[in-house]
Parts: sequence; C-alpha cells; structure tokens
Amino acid sequence: MKDYGFTVITVAVEKDPEDARPWIELANPSHPSLIDTQHLLADLYNMVNVPEILWIDEQGRIARPNDVAFGDDTWRAVTGFESAKHANLLRAWVKGEASAFTPGEVRKLQRLPTREDQLARAEFGLGNWLYHQGRVEAARPHFIRAGQLAPHDFTIRRGTMPMQGLNSGGPEFFKMVQEWQAAGKSYYLPLPDTAPESVPRW
Amino acid sequence: MPTFAFTVVDEGTETVVEGSTTDHGAVFIPPAEIERALRWQLKPEGFCLNDVCYPVPPDVPVVSTNGVDLAALASLLDRPIAVDVAERAAFLGTAAARRAETLGTLEAPGFTLPDLEGKPHSLSDHRGKKVLLAAYASW
Repeated sequence: MKDYGFTVITVAVEKDPEDARPWIELANPSHPSLIDTQHLLADLYNMVNVPEILWIDEQGRIARPNDVAFGDDTWRAVTGFESAKHANLLRAWVKGEASAFTPGEVRKLQRLPTREDQLARAEFGLGNWLYHQGRVEAARPHFIRAGQLAPHDFTIRRGTMPMQGLNSGGPEFFKMVQEWQAAGKSYYLPLPDTAPESVPRW
Repeated sequence: MPTFAFTVVDEGTETVVEGSTTDHGAVFIPPAEIERALRWQLKPEGFCLNDVCYPVPPDVPVVSTNGVDLAALASLLDRPIAVDVAERAAFLGTAAARRAETLGTLEAPGFTLPDLEGKPHSLSDHRGKKVLLAAYASW
C-alpha cells in the first residue's frame, strides 16, 4: 500500500530494546520500527494495552482513535479478534475507497485520560526510572501502585510484569485477566466496527 | 535539616537537586533548585514560567523556611507526581487536562523514538502520508 502514500510505524513497548530485536529482525520491516522504553506513546495517546493502533491522516490528524488490531489470526482463538476486519477497513481508507471517521465521530470514540490515569503514569515513570537505575526492588511498589490507580491499564499491569520478576504470559497474568473479566470488564477495548462478535472468556 | 541529593525527573528530563525531608515524609527543595529542575521561578506573584504565573494561595503551604514542598508545588501546577523519599527521587508526569486538551484537537501528538540501531524517527517525518501507528510488545 506504499504506492498510495501510506506508511506503517510500529512501536515496541519494551523495558529493553533487545527484547524487541528478535521480533523486528524476523519481520525485517521496510517501515520505521521503533522502540519505546518509557511508555511515551501510551502517555501521549492514552494507550492502555497492546496491540493498540491509530490512524493518522496526511494532515497529521487522528482519523481513527485507539483501536485494537492484530496483524494476523495467530491469537484469534484466545482473543476473538479477526485480523481481516481492521485490515479491510485500513485498506479501503488508504486507497481512498472509504473515508475514516469524521472529526466529531473521532472525538466521540476517543478515550481521554483521567487524573488517576496520569498519576498512574507518574508512578510507572518513577518505577521505570528506578528499574533502569538498577534499583529493581525499589521499583516494584511503584509499579503496583500504578496498577492500582489504573487497573484497566495493561501496559502498566502486564507490561511491568517482566520488571517485577513475573511471567507476563504465566499464571499471574491469566489470573489478572480472569478477575478482570469476572468483574464484567474487557481486556481489549476495540472500536465497535472491529470488535469481535464474542470475546472468549479466559 | 540535613540535605541530600534528590533526583527530579520532569517529563523525562533528570535533574539532581539539593533536598531535605521532614518526619512527615514531605520533600523540600530550595526555590533556586526548583527553578533549575522545573524552570518554574518563585517570584512575589507566585511560581512563574515565561509569562504564566501561578499565585500561591496563602493557606496552601507550598513555600516555607524548609524550602518548596515538592508535592504541594506539583499540586499547585496540576501535575501528577510520584515521590520516593527513601530512594531520593520523584517523577512529574503530565496533567490529564493537558493530555485531554491535546487529544481533543485531533492533532496527533508528535514524538521522536529510536529504532533498534538508535536512529531517531519522528512522526512529523511522515506528514503528507497516511500513517498506521501500531504499538505492540513482546510481553
């Protein structure tokens, strides 16, 4: 879709760029493939999980606010997401066959951060700074506090698990999602036109 | 009061200042050090940055003989703050109101991040193109 004046920018949210290296080298992308060790993008765009995507138009305006999109169907049985839904919408927008949302619709669909969300990000920021100073034990209470302040923010709750010595794909993670779902909450927050018909319970 | 080296991280910029603390766990920093770390300058009219001044309400104990109460100043400036007295560090984030205001304009917030080789890339490099911005992680 390059010929249509389009680019992908991927951003790996990692504690260490080396964590992203195998994925990037395997994909060997021609588009910018960036690393964010500070959760800068999550702060700027109020992202609360991965994968999370946005569309930005030629004028640098948000044409589609935060949505969930997987590149393929590897995890479909677990997540319920069919990757083609977003891919088809994206292709039509890039080719000019369909417009994105109107500004009014984008605003309606945007999630804006609360004071607690931003306080959580400050707690995360302090924990992340301490962790990268080698003060791993001191970092942990700040990660925990951040997760308590913004329990829906899995870039914090799951993303800090490797920094807390926890397996982010292990029993602690499954228990976290099960409790979240049992409370009637969604682990992924897609837009209505890409949301799965049914979300598997974990 | 004994003083110690205290690190203030202000939206990613680190400054080591002279700090002190009380039994209540508040962190105090001299006004000149606050200005060095946060650029806000204590003037008779309040805390000022460029043309903007936040007056200090008389009943709000931001400034005392101990110095500037860092958490109280953050509150005055409507900035989220995380403080760890034992670790001698604090992190100031960005206010929800400011983020909401920026996102509400629909102007995609600009950023510059490195690739694997450390080469910086900016969103603004791609102005004039449609962009799919995709965050992912290995975790």
